[in-house]
Amino acid sequence: MSILIDDRTAVLVQGITGNEGRFHTEQMREYGTKIVAGVTPGKGGQDVDGTPVFDTVAEGVRETGANASIIFVPPAFAADAILEAAEAGIELIVCLTEGIPPLDMIDVRRYLDGRGTKLVGPNTPGLISPGSCKLGVMAGYIHKPGPIGILSRSGTLTYEVVHQLTELGIGQSTCVGIGGDPIVGLSFAELIPMFEADPDTEGIVLIGEIGGSAEEEAAALIAEHVSKPVVAFIAGQTAPPGRRMGHAGAIITGGAGTAAAKMDALRATGVRVIESPAEIGAAMVESVAG
Amino acid sequence: MRIHEYQAKRLFADYGIPVAPSRPAMSVDEAVAAADELGLPVVVKAQIHAGGRGKGGGIVLAKTSDEVREAADRILDAPLVTHQTGPEGRIVKTLLIETASRIADELYLGMVVDRARREIAVMASRAGGVDIEETARETPDAILKEWIDPTIGLRPFQAFRLAHRLGLSGKTARGVAGIVRALFALFCGLDASLAEINPLAIDEDGAPIAIDAKLNLDDNGLFRHPELAELRDLNEEDPLEVEATSVNLNYIKLDGNVGCLVNGAGLAMATMDLIQHVGARPANFLDVGGGATAEMIEKGFRILIADPDVEAVFINIFGGILRCDILAEGVVAAAKAVDLDVPVIVRLEGTNVEAGREILNRSGVAFRTATDLADAAEKVAAAVKGAA
Repeated sequence: MSILIDDRTAVLVQGITGNEGRFHTEQMREYGTKIVAGVTPGKGGQDVDGTPVFDTVAEGVRETGANASIIFVPPAFAADAILEAAEAGIELIVCLTEGIPPLDMIDVRRYLDGRGTKLVGPNTPGLISPGSCKLGVMAGYIHKPGPIGILSRSGTLTYEVVHQLTELGIGQSTCVGIGGDPIVGLSFAELIPMFEADPDTEGIVLIGEIGGSAEEEAAALIAEHVSKPVVAFIAGQTAPPGRRMGHAGAIITGGAGTAAAKMDALRATGVRVIESPAEIGAAMVESVAG
Repeated sequence: MRIHEYQAKRLFADYGIPVAPSRPAMSVDEAVAAADELGLPVVVKAQIHAGGRGKGGGIVLAKTSDEVREAADRILDAPLVTHQTGPEGRIVKTLLIETASRIADELYLGMVVDRARREIAVMASRAGGVDIEETARETPDAILKEWIDPTIGLRPFQAFRLAHRLGLSGKTARGVAGIVRALFALFCGLDASLAEINPLAIDEDGAPIAIDAKLNLDDNGLFRHPELAELRDLNEEDPLEVEATSVNLNYIKLDGNVGCLVNGAGLAMATMDLIQHVGARPANFLDVGGGATAEMIEKGFRILIADPDVEAVFINIFGGILRCDILAEGVVAAAKAVDLDVPVIVRLEGTNVEAGREILNRSGVAFRTATDLADAAEKVAAAVKGAA
């Protein structure tokens, strides 16, 4: 088992005819993901390596029964692509695009409120349930099916943690990159109960970073609702205030969003907070074993 | 992207926010001429991307031409130190010469994207002026807030309610409400991430006027406003950072002794944390991103070792889209081109890792390779101890 995606997930790729969309569609298919449709406005009727391309998401859903979409479109058009997918009834949207203006995301989030659609990202490598479905651009081979759920705001740091776990012989149930932007879809606090409810997840790794209050919100939720062991790492312990550390969301503003405050909030709820990124995997293995 | 007060005030004027007449000046003579043109008294204001200019001596009331000349001569081309600049301060290259306003009251007005609520937050306070940060910290209730529902935007009633909550009435309340609406229009229209008027003064006739203007534009919104890109002032940025940006590298100079080159922002921050964890200090943040070429890696490496404080370099790459062999080629080319006199620790993992390691081993450069992050941490610690 897993959360959000499994071998029944039928995927529609928005932006399938672009270089990135085409390349990663092939990579996902090789991993075993069920790709059923692609969409590029104006290119309906073509096919990309055997996948039919439609002009609109609504048409793609109607013709193929797609229930998830993954978005590879440039920042200027990405918010519109999310809205189109939601309007067409897609249940899970994964938006990889980096650089969407935050004011666009404010509108998108409000539109999604109260609808059945879940959004992962934007500015995420996507998510993967090892062995059954990859909906993203991560290297599949470093993963292995198993009992650890991973939540992260970062890409390559997540690969690092997955690699540590796999090298230690322990696999992952689902790994979700929530995205590095200030305003994203599913939050830590919304995803943690899914892992708590998933019978095949035995432990949770939370990889946060400076900026915002997503980790503090997660801490409050863990205190109330989580029985499984949680290990956390917060990137940016050495980051100075006022400087954006790559991710648009990773900035300490007005004294808020520091790593120290997030680590304290998580520790106070019994989460095992790790200071060195080299020790995250080992700590998780120890926590589920003990 | 941060911009100067004089640039922000032009944009304010475009959106109908009242500002005092003013002229920018790049020299003492220009400052005096601007004051003559505007009429005395004027305020001479240093233009740097940092707050606390008044307390630092960068804002001066001048009643005569001689006072304008004296103030301009003292401030221009000299460092201005404020609580936001660090001890070395910032060199002032531009002044704003502005007609002095007769101020009866000072308010605060600000707007930001509230990440937790996913809405734009409007903030206002009676306690405007230089100590607003202290007010926010010590008496947060003195900062009034309104959140803006994106489906309907900022409505006139909300703007007026905010003015009313500030205790204003009559034409002053109407004037402030108008400024709130204009600032919101500017915020959305220009993709701002922060807009502040502090102080928003009320003059002796009860009319509001923006005495200061702070505007940060969201980098991700700039593609919609190509005309705003020229407002960027490279003098306000670290030269190494400017060079890095020109080749799409994300570099931030810090004050430590271990330079690091990493792919991905999260892993780059975690690598900085690891360096500190073993008792050294990171000299920079450098994210080469997912699509880096050998040329970009080479440039990044050169920027790193151009920092005289660097005693060791740590390259930490988890290859995905960025292949390890590409990375290795770039690093080898750079290491051979410069006179490398610091130890370089390399940790590679991921796509094409074997080919990457092979390129490093065959290069003839004495890289110290690490097998995993824990091993790398030990080698970084040893390298810095060896240098000390």
